[in-house]
Amino acid sequence: MFYRESGDFKTSYIQDQQIFPILQDRVFVIAVIAFAFLVVPFLINDYWEKSVLLPVLIWSLAAIGLNILTGYCGQVSLGTGGFMAVGAYASYKFTTAFPELNMFIIVLLSGGVTAMVGVLFGLPSLRIKGFYLAVATLASQFFLIWLFNKVPWFYNYSASGQINAPERFVAGIAVTGPNAPPWATYLFCLILVVVLALIAKNLTRGRFGRSWMAIRDMDIAAEIIGVAPLKAKLSAFSISSFYIGIAGALFFLVYLGAVEPTEAFGIDKSFLVLFMIIIGGLGSILGSFIGAAFMFLMPVLIKNILVNGLGWSTDIVAHLIFMIVGGLIMFFLIVEPHGLAQLWRVTKEKLRLWPFPH
Amino acid sequence: MTPDFLHTIEVILNGLMAGVMYSLVALGFVLIFKASGIFNYAQGVMALFAALTLVGFQTGQVPFSHLINELFGTQIHHWGPGMNNLIAILLTIVVMIVFAWLVEKLVLQHMVNQEPIILFMATIGLAFFMEGLGDLMWGADIKTLDVGIPSGGSFWWEDVTRTWVSEGYDYYGMYIDLLDVYATGIAVLLVTILTLFSQFTKTGRALRAVADDHQAALTVGISLRTIWVIVWSIAGIVALVAGIMWGSKSGVQFSLSLIALKALPVLILGGFTSIPGAIIGGLIIGVGEKLFEFWIGPLVGGATENWFAYVLALFFLMFRPQGLFGERIIERV
Repeated sequence: MFYRESGDFKTSYIQDQQIFPILQDRVFVIAVIAFAFLVVPFLINDYWEKSVLLPVLIWSLAAIGLNILTGYCGQVSLGTGGFMAVGAYASYKFTTAFPELNMFIIVLLSGGVTAMVGVLFGLPSLRIKGFYLAVATLASQFFLIWLFNKVPWFYNYSASGQINAPERFVAGIAVTGPNAPPWATYLFCLILVVVLALIAKNLTRGRFGRSWMAIRDMDIAAEIIGVAPLKAKLSAFSISSFYIGIAGALFFLVYLGAVEPTEAFGIDKSFLVLFMIIIGGLGSILGSFIGAAFMFLMPVLIKNILVNGLGWSTDIVAHLIFMIVGGLIMFFLIVEPHGLAQLWRVTKEKLRLWPFPH
Repeated sequence: MTPDFLHTIEVILNGLMAGVMYSLVALGFVLIFKASGIFNYAQGVMALFAALTLVGFQTGQVPFSHLINELFGTQIHHWGPGMNNLIAILLTIVVMIVFAWLVEKLVLQHMVNQEPIILFMATIGLAFFMEGLGDLMWGADIKTLDVGIPSGGSFWWEDVTRTWVSEGYDYYGMYIDLLDVYATGIAVLLVTILTLFSQFTKTGRALRAVADDHQAALTVGISLRTIWVIVWSIAGIVALVAGIMWGSKSGVQFSLSLIALKALPVLILGGFTSIPGAIIGGLIIGVGEKLFEFWIGPLVGGATENWFAYVLALFFLMFRPQGLFGERIIERV
């Protein structure tokens, strides 16, 4: 009742092209962003930063990246972990080689490096399709991780083979390293995630997004109506890798601080991000956020309830979480293949007509 | 012959036999893909699950004993001394058939007409589910599996090869694992049985009809759902064979499920739809990665086996996007 417009009365281009055409949505999103920027930094503590907010933000960014490639352009990729590793190692090389460089620039540059690597590994997509491509992207996953393990230049010849994030500052405040205050790391990630998510949203509504979706829905038909597959596929690979690379850089620099490639960026991470976008919703930016939050927080919640609440032993709970995650994925694919974002979309449609659906 | 030459032959022989082991896993993928167009990522976990169940039956473990003990404070572990190998294998086959039926009933039946990629992701979910289930049922510790297949090096072969070397060289003979030899034999047997089954039985003919054209098969009165249960059961049995072989070789543990990742490049190299492709793809990859590790590996720091198979498969795909033996991809708008 309160949530509707009584007809389609758009009178200007600005109204027609708004990201959130409904006033309530717009107000709600602005309120959430304002809350995240103005209130959360004052409430945040170490636990919330490290166990909830940072990982959810960073995984959301990775999920947006994969969603651009898989959800919008239809190219299934299982190499997310490898591309995150590229971002992490690029940021490591940049921070250690240019200590004075602004952190935002470093993170963006790492994204750029990952984008280039992404285009390189995206080249086979011009020839291979479907499952064949999905398996071929595994090549990047295994090859990149192997590379970072074997070439000492990437980890600056350190004895342990690990990389450690050095302490770096933005405007005099530490955002990486052990002494960074929680609100600073949180704001650093939040700024990047909000800006990049808005850019992604706009990209997918524009010329690029439309050409991706045309390729996704039927590539031959798209080619016939004048979408260049080369441009569309490679741009999807590069922009997706750019996002995933930034997520990898933040994952290493801000969240973990020290990284060993096989463990931090293994194939399980590739699957995790894939699950996030399936559960959240393929081809939806909002879905990337919901999916990331759901897939990251659900196991934490189950573990908290069963281990701390009911006192079960951790290994049983770990197995149970595997079963629940697997079961949920099958359940979602059966009941709602378009994910949680679709549920939200349906609810919204219902609300707009309520209480007079006819 | 010089020892270097003999070493190379040894590497090739071992590569061929490793390739057979990969083919065993890839075979299960091909069967399901041909019959239902589903790319079953869970094949590797099915092998793990089958091997776990077999060990559980052999040693007489109580399923879910860990969970039951946790919930009710009991101390159940084993219900008896275990059972005969043959009975355990037969019971495991029954379990795999029940599993196939459940998968069809609970998952696949509801996903008819979904896009292939959605079905693929559902099997990833299935893989996760079974991984958790297998560990919960039988415990997550590493188990040894012994069904009476001999293993260890063959002394006879070492003695034979030692006489091949030219005068004046030190050479200790080739090492060949007996288990690999037996695995090769069993794989040949398995493929023969599968081929005979699909050529000369009524069910086999129905299977081929479904693989050829779903709708045409439906119109002549073949029940798709029955066929799917049969195919998943066969894939389960193939998984059991693969699980026995890999389990005897390296123990039954979580990493067994990762053999799926070894089979994927074999699949895309050979083509998803071809059983000979799975075998020849396996041999090419087995030899290729062993030779690459032998010749190039030391120059770049080793451990190339993780990725070389994928790069090799990718290289082949550049020239034949449907794999070496896959059906030609025809696209219509």
